[in-house]
Amino acid sequence: MKPVQTMKLEIESRSVNEAFARAAVSAFASQLDPTVEELSDLRTAVSEAVTNCIVHAYRNSVGRIFITASVYPDGMFSVKIRDKGCGIEDVEKAMEPLFTTLGDERAGLGFAVMESFSDRVRVRSVVGKGTAVTLYKRIRGRADG
Amino acid sequence: MPVTFRKQRRKLVAQIRGEVDHHAAEPLRREIDNRIRADKPSVLRLDFRNVTFMDSSGVGLVMGRYRLLRTWGGKLELSGMSRTVERIMQLSGIEKIAAVITEKGSSHETRTNHEAGN
Repeated sequence: MKPVQTMKLEIESRSVNEAFARAAVSAFASQLDPTVEELSDLRTAVSEAVTNCIVHAYRNSVGRIFITASVYPDGMFSVKIRDKGCGIEDVEKAMEPLFTTLGDERAGLGFAVMESFSDRVRVRSVVGKGTAVTLYKRIRGRADG
Repeated sequence: MPVTFRKQRRKLVAQIRGEVDHHAAEPLRREIDNRIRADKPSVLRLDFRNVTFMDSSGVGLVMGRYRLLRTWGGKLELSGMSRTVERIMQLSGIEKIAAVITEKGSSHETRTNHEAGN
């Protein structure tokens, strides 16, 4: 299915941009008239994906994060968060709840939260090339409760 | 100030404000750790009622403070959690390490009514 329209955003992998990225995606999604809860879910999932780019993909450097959000005619909303960072060796392992490579201050819940707060999460990663995470969320909106 | 403290006998209440993401977690961690290292409270309550956004960085924040508290046998309580905050906390099984305090305050009334309607 072709999207009704698409928004692209490119930011640097600085933690100060986490709030900006989720706010921008959430503002774009508001044309679907989402409920407060749907928007909050979306913000949370986007925040996790963008944080992963910053703390994992570009761990000791600053790189660029490419965000593409699309609105589909059936009310589906998708957000692709892509980086050109280190990539993930074992995606399945990385998606296990509580698995983290980053020690005590990270819970290892990034992917678990993304999965819980969106309808579908697709991850494509190539070591040394980068990772693309696509979040799909159906926006039922306020119209039918 | 992203966090303010209130002392009730041996209990220290840390009221967290605003957005808790990876960016905000670091200064929060520093402020809370400085305070609890000095006070060594027997109970630390992290209060989330003024938190407007939280992702899994908030869980890391809670788990890290739990580890520090444990070094002197301190206990951890969580209060004022919104439904979203609670959902994220539950993914981590945090209720095994912290007591979740639910209060019948004005800030919770809307939520309770909403849930009753579902």
